[in-house]
Amino acid sequence: MKRVVITGMGVVSPLGCELNTFWNRLVEGTNGIGTITKFDATEFPVKIAAEVKDFDANAFIDPKQQRRMDPYTHYAIAASRMAVQDSGINFSEENPWRCGCIVSSGVGGISTTEKEVRTLLERGPRRVSPFCIPQIIVNIASGMVAIEHGLKGPNYAVVSACATGLHSIGDAMKAIKYGEADVMLAGGAEAAVCPISIAGFAAMHALSTTNDDPTHACRPFDKERNGFIMGEGAAVLVLEEYEHAVKRGAKIYAEVGGFGATCDAYHMTAPAEGGEGGAQAMIISMESAGVNPDQIGYINAHGTSTPMNDRIETAAIKKALGEDNARKVSISSSKSMTGHMLGAAGALESVVCALALKNGVIPPTINYQNPDPDCDLDYTPNAARERKIDFCLNNSLGFGGHNACALFKRV
Amino acid sequence: MTLEEKVKTIICETLSRGAEEVTPAADFINDLGADSLDLAELVMKIEDEFKDNMAGESIPEEDVASLKSLGAIVEYLKSKGVPAEL
Repeated sequence: MKRVVITGMGVVSPLGCELNTFWNRLVEGTNGIGTITKFDATEFPVKIAAEVKDFDANAFIDPKQQRRMDPYTHYAIAASRMAVQDSGINFSEENPWRCGCIVSSGVGGISTTEKEVRTLLERGPRRVSPFCIPQIIVNIASGMVAIEHGLKGPNYAVVSACATGLHSIGDAMKAIKYGEADVMLAGGAEAAVCPISIAGFAAMHALSTTNDDPTHACRPFDKERNGFIMGEGAAVLVLEEYEHAVKRGAKIYAEVGGFGATCDAYHMTAPAEGGEGGAQAMIISMESAGVNPDQIGYINAHGTSTPMNDRIETAAIKKALGEDNARKVSISSSKSMTGHMLGAAGALESVVCALALKNGVIPPTINYQNPDPDCDLDYTPNAARERKIDFCLNNSLGFGGHNACALFKRV
Repeated sequence: MTLEEKVKTIICETLSRGAEEVTPAADFINDLGADSLDLAELVMKIEDEFKDNMAGESIPEEDVASLKSLGAIVEYLKSKGVPAEL
């Protein structure tokens, strides 16, 4: 089977829309969460989110095309173009049938759905936009990215709620591993800071309501954690067959060494007690890479800051690595700074893993103040630390009981 | 404002084209790069703007196919009783 490496990365995030800026802010422990500005949230139980602030769609897409796409697709196109530029690949010199794209989304064009439903109810069926359907479908980002870069190989969208971005990377990795493609753009995009989405997640009591102190609202693994914070943005990685990358002299960030996917088959939204589903995904990712638990130096946790996720994910890490190894591994939650970017989260956190491996730095979990006896591992509290690591894991868990884990390897 | 100016403004907005490009004879598809979705949106906006002048709220499907340019739309609206000066 082929080896798969990461040769380019692009991000649109609450911490910035340029790779180095994003990484520097992440390592510095910058908070990306604030009061919602995208709509008037005065009457909402949740008034905070991690919004993308310095994104200029005009720099990536002409105004006519912008109107035809939901913001989630704007983010996907921007992150994809930055990833391609970063990789230095010239797709016009590649066999287009061997270049593909899986850039997906958890909820797709949800703000467009909201707007068009309003039009339908207020003005009738004949006033619904002809761009309604192409804007809302979760696979349109992959389609639009393919048009821009001329990618005619495998192309679709994977949907698994908050694990979407990581499943996309897993599928893209397999397409290269099994020889179906040489290059795949893989990742996720989300733009769900809109009324129906915030109201819906708030109704589940999944979101933090620390509205008066957004800077400290997201506190993964802290005893006072009280819910996740909606984030938005996109992350796209250029995955490439190893020999193909070497042949064109590409820089290599890291290798995608293994991948595991399981399901809790337990409850609609709650993870199963004991975390066996998440643990098994980690075990499969290590086994598929031929890596032992004591070799894992870092885990980028799903770490949503909900009471249940962080407790059960901690149990899952102990189960997968064994107690001793679990106490030695560095863990952190990027969501403490970026909020939860839903379908983009697993992709953005894969970027974090690749840079942690390459730079020998573990970014922190910020806002960690109060130890929780149920969360008693090393979450890299509040400050980044230097640690040379050879292997790391990235966990993503989604409503529906979906668990994904990717193993990344230093090259 | 004349009827032609009003329709031209709508076309420029919908197709993201400059006023100098949207001549009365310029074909939406061949000259202005529109696709079928653009045309559907354009017809919807014309219907919205001139609904008071039309019997129903919509332009019948069989008429839509002939609306290929600014000139064609203006003539069509005039035939429905929309005055040349608004």
